[in-house]
Amino acid sequence: MAVSIVVRVILYLLLGPVIGGLLEGIDRIISARMQGRQGPPLFQPFYDVYKLMHKQTIVVNSIQVLFITAYLIFTIFTGALFFGGGDMLLVFFSLSMSEVMLVLSAYSVNGPYSAMGAQRELLQMMCYEPMMLLLAIGFYVAQGSFMVNDLIGADRPAVIALPGMLIGFAFVLIIKLRKSPFDLSTSHHAHQEMVKGLTTDISGRDMGLVELAEWYDATLMMGIVGMFFVTREPVSYLFAILACSVVFFLITLIDNTHPRVKAMRMFGLAWGVILVCAGTNLLILNLIGK
Amino acid sequence: MKLSKSPWILHYDGSSCNGCDIEVLATMMPHFDVERFGVINTGNPKHADILLLTGGINSQTAPVVRQLYKQMPDPKVVMACGICACDGGIFKECYNVLGGADQVVPVDIYVPGCAVRPEALIEGVKKAVAILDEKQQEMKIAMKQGYCTVDYGRLAVHTTEDDYNSEESSPEAAQEQTQTAETPGTTEGGDAE
Repeated sequence: MAVSIVVRVILYLLLGPVIGGLLEGIDRIISARMQGRQGPPLFQPFYDVYKLMHKQTIVVNSIQVLFITAYLIFTIFTGALFFGGGDMLLVFFSLSMSEVMLVLSAYSVNGPYSAMGAQRELLQMMCYEPMMLLLAIGFYVAQGSFMVNDLIGADRPAVIALPGMLIGFAFVLIIKLRKSPFDLSTSHHAHQEMVKGLTTDISGRDMGLVELAEWYDATLMMGIVGMFFVTREPVSYLFAILACSVVFFLITLIDNTHPRVKAMRMFGLAWGVILVCAGTNLLILNLIGK
Repeated sequence: MKLSKSPWILHYDGSSCNGCDIEVLATMMPHFDVERFGVINTGNPKHADILLLTGGINSQTAPVVRQLYKQMPDPKVVMACGICACDGGIFKECYNVLGGADQVVPVDIYVPGCAVRPEALIEGVKKAVAILDEKQQEMKIAMKQGYCTVDYGRLAVHTTEDDYNSEESSPEAAQEQTQTAETPGTTEGGDAE
């Protein structure tokens, strides 16, 4: 058992950025085709990070480097905890810790755009954190355990008991992955009202590390979507991958068809969807369970 | 893998008639789709590899261009797009125009045209990324031959307040520069009218 955990963690460490980078490449190609153009090559995100790693790094405040490295390490730790079969609650707690590190790095540079991006990132965290907690509780109520190891050995897929949670989580994923209409703190597209927001004053190698952490993060998020479908049967992994593809395509579609919303609108929408979908789901689950 | 596979562009308009800027934006649009070469139009100098300048430089924009250039991490390339950015063009003899972009920052590529065509711009970017690779290669060779023991291109640089408040970055200094330059239209009689 212990050996398989180590193998799974090592696989995540190696394949996490590859999958995350490819997801971003696919996302950029799909977006381009939706806009009627050819789009960049599939491996463009890897070229970008290679370039960033080989450029000069401009550091505004030395502590910034520490926070960005901590962001990467905490993100990797979160993913390793999840794919190693750890506690779902701990996964979500360390996930928010990694986000806090990124926010701190943006605050530490004292730039106006970075500070605005950091404030908005905190707001975005406020939008998706309740969903993360509800999700952990939902898995516990439905399957009787917080441990990922027990959850993947379930008899029936969690999505049967938690369809509302899946909808809520997919919605929150748009905020988490900073896609339009909720790309308030920083955008993947150029020219927004506050330059690059959160990552304005991060350059060179540091920016490469942030991109790397985002890839690990994307892999982790897709893993959590897959969790809804995984059971004891090996064939369920196929369904999980299929579900991840559908969710990822929907996020790209929404990214390309919706303009950015105001912060308070995002707040209302996110909490509304969470309350209606996830909250009701949890309520019904509790009533039936008793 | 080379740096040239992902050139990120920072576009700044010195003081043009906006003709070149419209062409630059047209190049970034789906019709020409420069993203297929990995080009991204970023608004942030700290992420940019290529500084794309349009229009002549005047005393108001000279300090801005200098600061943008300073904020870009090495290796970097400067492209002067359109005849105004190349040498001042039709605005050359205006009382407030310093001249082309090369008056304030070292320019690597000159792309002529009035307004500059998207085809010429794409060709210019292609040449600019070749220079980007060359600059990185030169750095590597210098290190191998022992001329340079520290890879300055990759060395982390700390910005200080002086970088933002140096003497040459004040608009007043640039104002003085235009007034001392021998250009027609700076006579006192011209001002009185």
